[in-house]
Amino acid sequence: MDRKHRFSWAPDARPISKQPGRIDRRTFLARGAGIAGAAAAGMTATTARAADDAPLAILKWMQAPGAPFRGYGMPSRFEEPVKRTFPRPYGDLAPGTGPSFTPHEALEGTITPSGLHFERHHNGVPDIDSAQHRLLIHGLVRKPLVFTVSALLRYPMVSRICFIECSGNSNRNLVPKPLQIPCGALHGLISCSEWTGIPLSLLLEEAGIEGGAKWLLAEGADSAAMSRSIPIEKAFGDAMIALYQNGERLRPEQGYPVRLLLPGWEGNMSVKWLRRIKATDGPTQTKDETSKYTDPMPDGKARQFTFAMEVKSVITRPSSGMTMQGTGLYEISGIAWTGAGRITRVEVSTDGGASWKEAALQGQSLPLSLVRFRIPWEWNGVPAMLQSRATDEKGQVQPPRKSWVAEFAPDIRFHNNSIITWAVNADGRVQNVYL
Amino acid sequence: MFTFERNVVGVASAALLGACATQMSGSQTPSRGPDLARAASAQEVAVWDISIPPSGAGLPAGTGTPKQGEAVYIAQCQACHGPKGVGKPADPLVGGVGSLATANPVRTVGSYWPYATTLFDYTRRAMPITNTQSLTNDEVYAVTAYLLYLNGIIGENAEMNAKTLPQVKMPNRDGFIDMSGVK
Repeated sequence: MDRKHRFSWAPDARPISKQPGRIDRRTFLARGAGIAGAAAAGMTATTARAADDAPLAILKWMQAPGAPFRGYGMPSRFEEPVKRTFPRPYGDLAPGTGPSFTPHEALEGTITPSGLHFERHHNGVPDIDSAQHRLLIHGLVRKPLVFTVSALLRYPMVSRICFIECSGNSNRNLVPKPLQIPCGALHGLISCSEWTGIPLSLLLEEAGIEGGAKWLLAEGADSAAMSRSIPIEKAFGDAMIALYQNGERLRPEQGYPVRLLLPGWEGNMSVKWLRRIKATDGPTQTKDETSKYTDPMPDGKARQFTFAMEVKSVITRPSSGMTMQGTGLYEISGIAWTGAGRITRVEVSTDGGASWKEAALQGQSLPLSLVRFRIPWEWNGVPAMLQSRATDEKGQVQPPRKSWVAEFAPDIRFHNNSIITWAVNADGRVQNVYL
Repeated sequence: MFTFERNVVGVASAALLGACATQMSGSQTPSRGPDLARAASAQEVAVWDISIPPSGAGLPAGTGTPKQGEAVYIAQCQACHGPKGVGKPADPLVGGVGSLATANPVRTVGSYWPYATTLFDYTRRAMPITNTQSLTNDEVYAVTAYLLYLNGIIGENAEMNAKTLPQVKMPNRDGFIDMSGVK
């Protein structure tokens, strides 16, 4: 398997006709292999099939001893192109500030690998020595407390699977002209992990929250000292002081050694590198909850403290930048989620919303988690408009793009849960379009 | 008692579980913790407590004027935020008042931010981005005053301090709809 074929599986926004030497049948097959392969078919199998029609042969790794052990496993080197993308909005000025996107077009299932979990940093990733890190709980409490991390690791814990979505997710689909970039680069500020940690309520009870406390301020130990105000009701609900992600201690990019986790709420509030919780009588009105994570309306007003993420879905295969491998049977696969609880239904349209069919939800639909949906599709070669529309247990339905856009000011950047459309052209190219 | 090495944590937990064996329940959510924190002193809390709410509670001693702030701004802020807060490459800080309901809203400290205390809080905690929490309180008051002045919100000679800053009424103070549901 050579690099050309490896890359040809990866989504590519350029039209196939503009890629020299890539129109032969082998490349054409390879480009579609990722789409054609069902989940059961591993990438090695599909890529190998597409890579060469030559008869079976004995290959070198079948005859020589394999690599020795290593302490921490990494993906195959042939998977090297599967990476987060990061636009670096401030360039060299603040190279660690901004988002990185989960490459959903290359992933399956519902758990995001920890190393591919999306990121949003406000001044880079701090290199925190767990032994020196402290969590302070103070403000309107009877006993201001300082926790070491080793103390926190002794507390009773809970594990749960849940998504985190940045409320700025999909704001790249709010620019005037649809960007021709992969699905994850557009909609990849959503990831899903198993998180393990301490119910925040346990720590708050030890500190003794006073009657007048209605909010908490949560603050990070990064050099942006990122801070958000959180209603105390959520803090005593499902809020978690997370220490582990997908079974291992948090990655630095995800808040090592301690992060706040507020399931279903906009990701900015799940403060990473958590160093301080202050019980207060009102919201602190931090920079992020006033000037940034607010939702402006056409009349000049803005909605503030819109915490829960909305019902949403996106088709990950086929998606923007991929190319269909001729006509025939495909599986449409995607992810859906809602901050309101469980996803109950995902419908898929291949004609731009004129008609809908219900997709199968894979396995259990866990609350506040990604659910995978799938539906078979026979592509007959004519242009198609693929959409998915999720419904949640509260009866909320993912809205069409036009009506969602009309509800907000022209520069809205947050909470875009509108229906996403991929156009499949007659030549097989899949493009991002607005409908 | 708070300095367990990681390899003894398991032993300590096992001992704790043994002692509490008769109190175990099958509940999904643990109901109480082992109370392993130490008390925080008022002095150390003061070192870390840098958040300033709209009331101004916690604002430090110090003072600054727009004129003093201009010098701080040129030295510390202008390289990213442009001359007089016009922006580029980083966010613009000045202008846009009256634009929020138009087809081209310009959201700046002057046009969008509801509280002047937020400007002090954020500048102190997060700016300048390559050397945060490095400005003196006087410098933070001064540069806050300068940006409020550039936005036409306070006068040229207005002094910003713990008393005057929370009294500044921002143009967009009433521009937000609270969706939190907190009473």
